[in-house]
Amino acid sequence: MLKLPIYLDNNATTPMDPRVLETMLPYFTQHFGNAASRNHPFGWQAEEAVDYAREQVAKLIGADPKEIIFTSGATEGDNLGIKGVFEMYASKGNHIITATTEHKAVLDTCKHIEKLGGEVTYLEVKANGLIDLQELEAAIKPTTILISIMYANNEIGVVQPVQEITAIARKHGILFFTDATQAVGKIPVDVNKDGIDLMTFTGHKMYGPKGIGALYVRRKNPRVKVTAQMDGGGHERGMRSGTLNVPGIVGFGKACELCRLEMEADTTRISVLRDKLETELMKLEEAYINGTTEARLPHVTNISFKHVEGEGLLMGFNKNIALSSGSACTSASLEPSYVLKALGLGDDLAHSSLRFGLSRFTTEEEVDYTIKAISETVLKLRDMSPLWEMYKEGIDLNSIEWAHH
Amino acid sequence: MAYSEKVIDHYSNPKNVGTLDKASKNVGTGLVGAPECGDVMRLQIEVDETTGIIKDAKFKTFGCGSAIASSSLATEWLKGKSVDQAIAIDNMDIVEELNLPPVKIHCSVLAEDAIKAAINDYRSKNGLEQLVFEEKGVH
Repeated sequence: MLKLPIYLDNNATTPMDPRVLETMLPYFTQHFGNAASRNHPFGWQAEEAVDYAREQVAKLIGADPKEIIFTSGATEGDNLGIKGVFEMYASKGNHIITATTEHKAVLDTCKHIEKLGGEVTYLEVKANGLIDLQELEAAIKPTTILISIMYANNEIGVVQPVQEITAIARKHGILFFTDATQAVGKIPVDVNKDGIDLMTFTGHKMYGPKGIGALYVRRKNPRVKVTAQMDGGGHERGMRSGTLNVPGIVGFGKACELCRLEMEADTTRISVLRDKLETELMKLEEAYINGTTEARLPHVTNISFKHVEGEGLLMGFNKNIALSSGSACTSASLEPSYVLKALGLGDDLAHSSLRFGLSRFTTEEEVDYTIKAISETVLKLRDMSPLWEMYKEGIDLNSIEWAHH
Repeated sequence: MAYSEKVIDHYSNPKNVGTLDKASKNVGTGLVGAPECGDVMRLQIEVDETTGIIKDAKFKTFGCGSAIASSSLATEWLKGKSVDQAIAIDNMDIVEELNLPPVKIHCSVLAEDAIKAAINDYRSKNGLEQLVFEEKGVH
């Protein structure tokens, strides 16, 4: 039976898998010890649970457990990874290369570094959402210490050519950091095969709890270190102080294990649903997929429906379907998504976009309902849209002198 | 953000969606906003030649629910009013009627601008001078 509302905003956060919750529960009340308490069984038990989870997390990404630094989530990992490298390798240089479509946690961290005297190059992306490898290599300077490129984009799901990027980084002896928040648990990520030096990811995007994430920091070839950004008890090999969030870590570990074991089956099923959703919605006139479809997360699609406004579109069904739009009419700035604009989309198309993120729990019935509801709303709003009427009359909308306000 | 019931009602059952003959001498058309800004309103009035009363009003809007509701409400209010009465419609009346939150006030301003643009279009077609309105500048 179809249960409303339907949740298709899984790039924002995923529901927690009930198996994860079950694993966590004893660690709130029964095994509540501090993993740093070395003198009694409560501490030992907590430490053991953390060690086990650390293995589960490491295994998902092909890392050694010692290379996993637990954090509060991806934003902290972005800050610790980038600022930590900037401080630790200050004697080598002060230049960082990143891209304009990165998450705000990366972009704002880089802005902060610029204020501290660092230099940052923001690479533009191509119309398909991917960076240009030649441009990347051309941006490298003798002072470059870090390349920070996200694994997969949170709005359009495009997957960057990480192995090619790391080959360039290696060639020039530059560290590579990646925000892999949307990728880990969804597609195979292997830090050794991919040549990644530092990587952040988080539990709540992969059916785990919120408030727990990890920063992978390579220990061999090369041995990488980051300067701690929080002073304290020297937990996590001195890189991240603070009492460990044991229940969160246990849940995160379990979530990683489930993703590792079920990724293939999940991907097969979810990508069929995503493709159905996309194919059916693309049957509407003047619908455009944003970002390449050739290198993309299996559960994501981002579509613009020209001549209808995203927020108005959402209103047609958002009581029953949870989605997000690249339009930001609610904010005072009225600025649409900077990611979509970076692809070269006009503001009109950026304002007309919807982002779909499916999950392990999405059903075909939900997808069918969504196709119908969105198609109907698009048609209804186009009947109401002066732009659609002009388009249909063959008027070039660019020829009109709009009153920009 | 939660919408008021009145906004939802206008969005779900918009009044007076449609197109009047913009070539007609009795029809005034106002097209305001810009696609880049995420909202465009086209509001039209049809004025009765003998009485000077607005006998019909239509709109089409590209925009969020509040923009659609503002224009739908504006057309309701326009019908039956004289052109002079229509000029007096203030965006804050729309804000009040629809319970628009501060971030949506620009939708009501756009509706007021559309009314004024439609009236001026009608006036120019009929050899009357253009009215000059004060800038609201809330966008």
